[in-house]
Amino acid sequence: MALTRWIRRNLVVVAGLGTLAYLILPNVVVLVFSFNKPNGRFNYEWQRFSTDAWTDPCGVADMCGSLSLSLKIAVWATIGATVLGTMIAFALARYRFRARPAVNSLIFLPMAMPEVVMAASLATLFLNMGVDFGFWTILIAHIMFCLSFVVTAVKARVMSMDPRLEQAAQDLYASPAQTFLRVTLPIAAPGIAAGALLSFALSFDDFIITNFNAGSTVTFPMFVWGSAQRGTPVQINVIGTAMFAIAVLCVLAGQLAGNRRKRS
Amino acid sequence: MTQQPSTGGDVRLTGISKTYGSFTAVHPLDLHIPAGSFFALLGASGCGKTTTLRMIAGLEDPTSGIVELAGNDVTALPPHKRPVNTVFQSYALFPHLDIYENVAFGLRRRGIKSVKKQVDEMLELVQLGDFARRKPQQLSGGQQQRVAVARALINHPKVLLLDEPLGALDLKLRRQMQLELKRIQTEVGITFVHVTHDQEEAMTMADQVAVMNGGRVEQQGAPAELYENPGTTFVANFLGTSNLIEAEVADTSGGDLVLTTEGGKLALPAARCSAPARTGDTVLVGIRPEKISLTHAEDAGTIPDGRNRITGRIADSSFIGVSTQYVIDTPVCSEFAVYEQNIERDSRLVPGAEVVLHWNPAHTFGLDATQDIDAGTQLDEEAA
Repeated sequence: MALTRWIRRNLVVVAGLGTLAYLILPNVVVLVFSFNKPNGRFNYEWQRFSTDAWTDPCGVADMCGSLSLSLKIAVWATIGATVLGTMIAFALARYRFRARPAVNSLIFLPMAMPEVVMAASLATLFLNMGVDFGFWTILIAHIMFCLSFVVTAVKARVMSMDPRLEQAAQDLYASPAQTFLRVTLPIAAPGIAAGALLSFALSFDDFIITNFNAGSTVTFPMFVWGSAQRGTPVQINVIGTAMFAIAVLCVLAGQLAGNRRKRS
Repeated sequence: MTQQPSTGGDVRLTGISKTYGSFTAVHPLDLHIPAGSFFALLGASGCGKTTTLRMIAGLEDPTSGIVELAGNDVTALPPHKRPVNTVFQSYALFPHLDIYENVAFGLRRRGIKSVKKQVDEMLELVQLGDFARRKPQQLSGGQQQRVAVARALINHPKVLLLDEPLGALDLKLRRQMQLELKRIQTEVGITFVHVTHDQEEAMTMADQVAVMNGGRVEQQGAPAELYENPGTTFVANFLGTSNLIEAEVADTSGGDLVLTTEGGKLALPAARCSAPARTGDTVLVGIRPEKISLTHAEDAGTIPDGRNRITGRIADSSFIGVSTQYVIDTPVCSEFAVYEQNIERDSRLVPGAEVVLHWNPAHTFGLDATQDIDAGTQLDEEAA
């Protein structure tokens, strides 16, 4: 009786903690198994504690190469998609032109279409054009599907911006270039940042589209997939845990900075 | 862009108009705003007053006409090259900058390095010295309004443009800010051009008022002049309340026109009639409700000679403290408005009582009868 009453009173907390556990449990497993020392080639059963993988994260052949390639592609895809996407978002939000309605809906296609379909048709396109698969085909594919996310994030921000702010800047002697740099861009910045972060995450862990358009090039997600067939090195867990930790740190830093700004 | 506290510049608009496609927001209009004056553009929403203001600021390109500031043609100049600053409706403070940087914005854009002294002084002037490091969204409406004024005034513009700057404030704060703005204007001597739909605000603050309607200036003048002698039915109804009745001109021989109405003869000084009036013409006769005295019909004999008089019956009365407002049913108009000050109240003046309305003919005004007699009445209710 006492227990049911307690649960009823703390239902929100219980549900919250349950959801959090659901979200975080896989990450905990990855973390725990990054300290495992498996007997065979598969890291699926707990044997004993070891920091071997952490002290030698690049000990597996080709893994760090694929990791750095993935990072490189993610950085360039983020830059490309953010710059292009921001410009498209401004164009869509600010100007009336003939193809605007078409662009407005077509930009969502990459979000809506099944990834496999898009991946296969892209590969067909590259093949028919006689393009060699590799870094550039992956990058082009990544920029394409990241674009829609950047456009969506930035456009929402630009649309909600009071046009009088820019007029006020001009009225206060700011030239068009100064108005953009001093007022428009800083106000649109949160949207742009959100789009960029999304792009990085999407590009870094994309497997399907990359797999179709990579040729013999191997990115980190492809490496993980490939090695899962033959045996999973503990180092994969190390990289996974590290990525998770970095992401959490980024979020925490962002929230701290936001809080401090609010308080001052 | 002078650095010294400039005396204001005058604004001259010549044949300026603005059309959007087939819609004409502003018909070609000429307007002269004298240097150093507090000038109000008054009208209901959609009358073209804000468009006119934005053409002075350069935020809107005129379809035709010339904008001159302090004698210089600025029609082709973009907004950032014009020596005017604007206080925007809902202020348009930069949300990503604090108060200090908002106020310093104009100075910095002109490449001035040491802004601290000026910014501090300006924040003192608007009593916001302690708020320099706050963000705009942390301030109240009135405080944001003062920041917007400071941000504009720090640049010592030749002309300060105010676009409904008090619209978002509650009544009490609005009254306070009206006085505050008037004080600042007197202190800095800059030409203020103030756009508002609030006729009371325009009359309290401005030296000169231009009443706009449908993209045209209906009448321009000092507030008292506009109120006492409106030139159109729109001005008569939009500025306060007027009783308008149709009358026929019977005699134009004396200094006063003699008019016949269904309720009797009325006198109207010829100089106060803005319509051409020949014998036999129809004109609209106007009288403000507070100029009229009410006398009970039994005492009609005590009314001095020479006053305009109309008889009627009280249809309704409402007591509102300083005055009592009566609606009188008369032969000329079934809803004649009369405001009586509550000095010596006649207890017989209740609904149903027969009364005589009488007033000094000098307060009568005459208007062209071809206009819409109700122009401006609904607009006023909407705006208020």
